[in-house]
Amino acid sequence: MAPEYNTMEMMICVASRYLEDGKTVAVGTGAPCAAAMLAQKLYSPNLIILFEAGGVAPLLPRMPISVGDSRTFYKAVMAAGMSEMMTTCARGQVDYAFLGGAQIDKYGNINSTLIGDYQKPKVRFPGSGGANDFASFCWRTMIMTVHTKARFVEKCDFITSPGFLHGEGSREAAGLPEGGPYKIITDLAVMGFDAQTKAMMVESLNPGVELQQVIENTGFELLVSADIGRTEAPTEEELRLLREEVDPLRLVIGRA
Amino acid sequence: MEVLDQGLNPIFTDPDPDKAREFFRNKSRAMVDKRMTEREAVEKFVHDGDYLAIGGFGANRIPNAIVHEIVRQRKKNLGFLGHTSTHDFQVLAAGKCFNRVDAAYIVGLEARGLSPNARRYMESGEVQVTEWSNYALDVRLKAAADGVSFGILRSILGTDTFKMSGAKVVECPFTGKKYAAVPACWPDVAAIHVHEADMYGNAVIRGISVADLELARAAKRLIITTEKLVHNAAIRENPTATSIPFYLVDAVVEVPYGSYPGNMPYLYFSDEEHLAAWMKAEKDPEVFAQFLDTYIYSCSNFQEYLEKCGGLKRIEELQKLENLVDV
Repeated sequence: MAPEYNTMEMMICVASRYLEDGKTVAVGTGAPCAAAMLAQKLYSPNLIILFEAGGVAPLLPRMPISVGDSRTFYKAVMAAGMSEMMTTCARGQVDYAFLGGAQIDKYGNINSTLIGDYQKPKVRFPGSGGANDFASFCWRTMIMTVHTKARFVEKCDFITSPGFLHGEGSREAAGLPEGGPYKIITDLAVMGFDAQTKAMMVESLNPGVELQQVIENTGFELLVSADIGRTEAPTEEELRLLREEVDPLRLVIGRA
Repeated sequence: MEVLDQGLNPIFTDPDPDKAREFFRNKSRAMVDKRMTEREAVEKFVHDGDYLAIGGFGANRIPNAIVHEIVRQRKKNLGFLGHTSTHDFQVLAAGKCFNRVDAAYIVGLEARGLSPNARRYMESGEVQVTEWSNYALDVRLKAAADGVSFGILRSILGTDTFKMSGAKVVECPFTGKKYAAVPACWPDVAAIHVHEADMYGNAVIRGISVADLELARAAKRLIITTEKLVHNAAIRENPTATSIPFYLVDAVVEVPYGSYPGNMPYLYFSDEEHLAAWMKAEKDPEVFAQFLDTYIYSCSNFQEYLEKCGGLKRIEELQKLENLVDV
């Protein structure tokens, strides 16, 4: 019998498979950190975890609460500062970064700043933090999020961090370096981006999910890959490591 | 240098490097005893209308005694550098101390959620905002620390973060590549919490430095709060460890547990229960007013706040958490 799991566990397990050995990943707290820790334990022992406040390759003893708390540089190779981390990204030495936000559009642009008018917003969120910098500099950015129409919108109220901006050629035209969104991992599906137009494309459907469900929960027209597949369900080993070693206190996986 | 595009929002600090040099020319370089209380430091060095920056990372190694004192002394109309700010922003927003903000990260407390009160303040329209990213603000501080009027970076381009910033797009004279040019930021005053300092202000930060090395060098006036006061001989014994030299520093305030309820690397972890109490109290403005009265306005100093939060007993628990001793 296949193991049971919740949507948070599903997204973390799927994300962990995309982090290749010997690469660098800039992570935030929560699900991205869990995915990177799981990858280290199962798939990519030489994956290097970086935190924007200055932690380089820590041996994470448990989940950090903040990207600047002392766990993020526990037994690290270096306790640096933000400039060191951001210039490492700018030089092209950071492969992956995880991002999040209130809205995402079909080119993978993200809003984490506000809804409504700029000087008197309806809802104010934190803003970029380091996200715009990661989205600009890192080779491959990823997002883990629940899949709803309110989140997957035709147009973001505010583009905080760049995806492919307005599609083909527009990152280059703006002066941004090569890079951009790689995978969008949701509770319904995994999406990538069309190589030519840079528009979001469904690549695989999560177990038990039909394409129609994904379409109905997306506020823009999604491309569908010609060889659309099934996302592999979390394996027993993934779930065991995630629950017993990565997040035994269920700080992240308990949120689903 | 041709300007190809520009952000719409104002720059709150003067980027003129010669004015900054003139200020620093007249700043004392005497190695004298700078010890004082948090009350004296804020009275002397933080004025209404100043542009303020707070060191650390939101709820990690923050100079919280100074943040509380600024609220207690009811400082108003400050500008604020919203760089990785979380609990510090939350406390200053509670006192409505600032009316303009350079925002890279505000109102949030990372995984803990958003501060209801800071959100209300930012959504009221009372605060003028200019948008940036963390790296953009770091480059602004580095330019100031370098004594030049602007810095360049390749992020923020093409986004609304750029559009709502005070940056400009310029072209590289060598390669033709586009860059975001951002103005140097010399804050009027900054406060940084450190592990050790001597009475002259020679300061040691252990663990990550976040943006504090550049902030210490950009700020016109600098207040150091320190966990521990050490003899100058201890600094001279290991000068490699000095993060901030005395001539940058205006005040030295000894505040044990001064990052509370934030984390202080190697010493004590963050008090998540107390941080949650802030968030809970903020939901109801009346309850929150009472909360602020209890924890800030009715305290005569930061030590009284610590006592109300459980004092040494609570600190000992946080020390165990920091050292991964299961309690």
